[in-house]
Amino acid sequence: MSSRETVLGRIREALTDVPDTETHDTVTVPCAYRDSHADADVTGLFMERAADYRATVTRTHDARAAVTAAFERHALTRVVVPAGFPDEWLPSAGTWQRLCDEPPLGVQELDTASGVVTTCALAIAVTGTLVLDAGAGQGRRALTLLPDYHLCLVRADQIVGDVPEALRRIDPRRPLTLVSGPSATSDIELQRVEGVHGPRTLDIVVVEPEGQDMGCAEPKCARAERPTVPLFPGGPQERPVRTRPR
Amino acid sequence: MSGTTADSLVWLGTPSFPEAARTAVADGRLRANLRGATRTIRARRSTLAAELSDWEELRTSAAAVKRNALRHLDTHLIRLEAAVTAAGGTVHWAADAAEANRIVTGLVAATGEREVVKVKSMATQEIGLNEALATAGIRAYETDLAELIVQLGDDRPSHILVPAIHKNRSEIRDLFRDSMAAWGRPAPEGLSDDPAALAEAARRHLREKFLRVKVAVSGANFAAADTGTVAVVESEGNGRMCLTLPDTLITVMGIEKVLPSFADLEVFLQLLPRSSTGERMNPYTSLWTGTTDGDGPQDFHLVLLDNGRTATLRDTVGRQALACIRCSACLNVCPVYERTGGHSYGSVYPGPIGAVLTPQLAGIEHAPSLPFASTLCGACYDACPVKIDIPEVLVHLRARAVDSKRGPVPTAEALVMKAAAATLATPHTLTAAQWVGALGGRLLSRQGVLRSLPGPLAHWSRTRDTPAPARGTFRAWWRRTHRQEGR
Ligand code: SF4
Repeated sequence: MSSRETVLGRIREALTDVPDTETHDTVTVPCAYRDSHADADVTGLFMERAADYRATVTRTHDARAAVTAAFERHALTRVVVPAGFPDEWLPSAGTWQRLCDEPPLGVQELDTASGVVTTCALAIAVTGTLVLDAGAGQGRRALTLLPDYHLCLVRADQIVGDVPEALRRIDPRRPLTLVSGPSATSDIELQRVEGVHGPRTLDIVVVEPEGQDMGCAEPKCARAERPTVPLFPGGPQERPVRTRPR
Repeated sequence: MSGTTADSLVWLGTPSFPEAARTAVADGRLRANLRGATRTIRARRSTLAAELSDWEELRTSAAAVKRNALRHLDTHLIRLEAAVTAAGGTVHWAADAAEANRIVTGLVAATGEREVVKVKSMATQEIGLNEALATAGIRAYETDLAELIVQLGDDRPSHILVPAIHKNRSEIRDLFRDSMAAWGRPAPEGLSDDPAALAEAARRHLREKFLRVKVAVSGANFAAADTGTVAVVESEGNGRMCLTLPDTLITVMGIEKVLPSFADLEVFLQLLPRSSTGERMNPYTSLWTGTTDGDGPQDFHLVLLDNGRTATLRDTVGRQALACIRCSACLNVCPVYERTGGHSYGSVYPGPIGAVLTPQLAGIEHAPSLPFASTLCGACYDACPVKIDIPEVLVHLRARAVDSKRGPVPTAEALVMKAAAATLATPHTLTAAQWVGALGGRLLSRQGVLRSLPGPLAHWSRTRDTPAPARGTFRAWWRRTHRQEGR
């Protein structure tokens, strides 16, 4: 008998108390939790929460200006730009060199690049998370891993409230990376140290369409000036109990 | 149960819990390290859990998802196997530790490589994979910072989440200075004990391995049966390195980790980081489904591990321990863990969850003292994001432990329990026994504590300081005081 049959046989033997009439797709589980813990201002919340992880977050109408400022601030010279990243968001040529991943860059080249600039698939407000799915403008996973600096552009309409909505919108068949701040460890006396193996610096630019009122547009302003809105004004909202068939 | 299950899961040759705990409690530095660490993380967890007004509802759903997944485990594993295979992965089944080690060793050998990078994984520790690989001439490099500390020190993990919680910064600095060179790039000259400097030294030490090594081994936090998606939750980026850069990825996953659907992750990705590190979300979560052309390992193997899990599943009370998502919240709130540390449990799985999981996975005869390593205060149950009733399982296993020792000659404990059952059965005998106890106990006690009890109780009392019985019985006191009130 194969180990597969052995293990499956042992499981079935162990579960004799489960009635035959019950099957995996007739079982239901209670889902009384909230679909979102975000308030109406998802952009503000996303900025506040991402800044909490010590990512630098900027909000702008002018993506190119923000990207140019970031390149200058970090004195980036060799920057990885994945295929599909909008050209109009890049600084005009001059002081920096563009590294394309076609043909694929070697790990040494990626390791010595001064940074990478990408878009994202989605962002999650409550957790301050970027969702990367290796789509256009993001490239394969190694591109956002080896360079020590990551600049990520998020269109305001890509920000969703909370985790459940994000998971409903993403395609599980794509390689996915959820990024919440720069890499960190708390392994030594539980003291948080930012930047272990992933990029040690994460900058985020939220791009608003023209004509949108943005409030404050300075870096990191989100945490400093945004009034603390209680997450649940008036107590928990009632959500109907969703019982998912499975 | 095969011998190999117990061999790596329970550290043979280590003292039983009561003996180990006595030594640990006497170690002032260890206690200080532990107290500081568990307090910090406890405070963070409760703040972040309180931030979600529907925390209880999330726990209820998580518990239900896990329990239902276990009730149809065979079906979900078959679904998972089909989905992973369809996405380009290969699924292997391992009935026990020895078989899992054989499979992984064979897969690494087939690549022709002699070294692997590893993502922190409880399952591979449980099966003793590193030792098995070493026997086959393959070097395994732990890449999680705490696991690196444990590996360099030839030490053992003492916490699920922060395996080196028992070491402080200067101990870690000394270890890096003395041992890093033997494993690759040495620690820099004049290394300080600043955590940032230590993390930087680890970054440099591991970087060349990430760029060079062609095979990675990981565990899995979750796997979705409908899509075949596997999830690894981490902080440092060492996980992403291992899951992304090598050509071959081998993931060893306990069969209980399967979730019915990808959508279920919406519950666990909210509960796990908050319960574990006390963050809204951990820095990196990787989710992958089979293989993807041009991105990440082109050869993916998923090893489904039983190793005592089906035996645990058979016990209708004990099986809830299989719902554990290894967040470690129960360790951080446990008064016993805080004082004894993880090593006293003598197992890969320490703390309250270890006390219920280890004896079940390894067989209760291999860890008979663990179900007693608790005060039954219930803090673990309150903290557990998947609502495992650890006290209930502990009590249940205590009975089994006593039963398992009941050979031809009854043990002292069995006799006492039997006597207690008889005594408690009728109020008259209880009253009589209490009077005898009150008188006898006074005669034996010093400063209100009984050091050793007579006769069959001697063995039991060796590991406990029994308070001396009160001068009178509660029932006598009640009669006396309430009569005075005119009753
Ligand atoms: S038993 Fe519960 S609290 Fe303890 S590690 Fe497992 S999931 Fe976390």
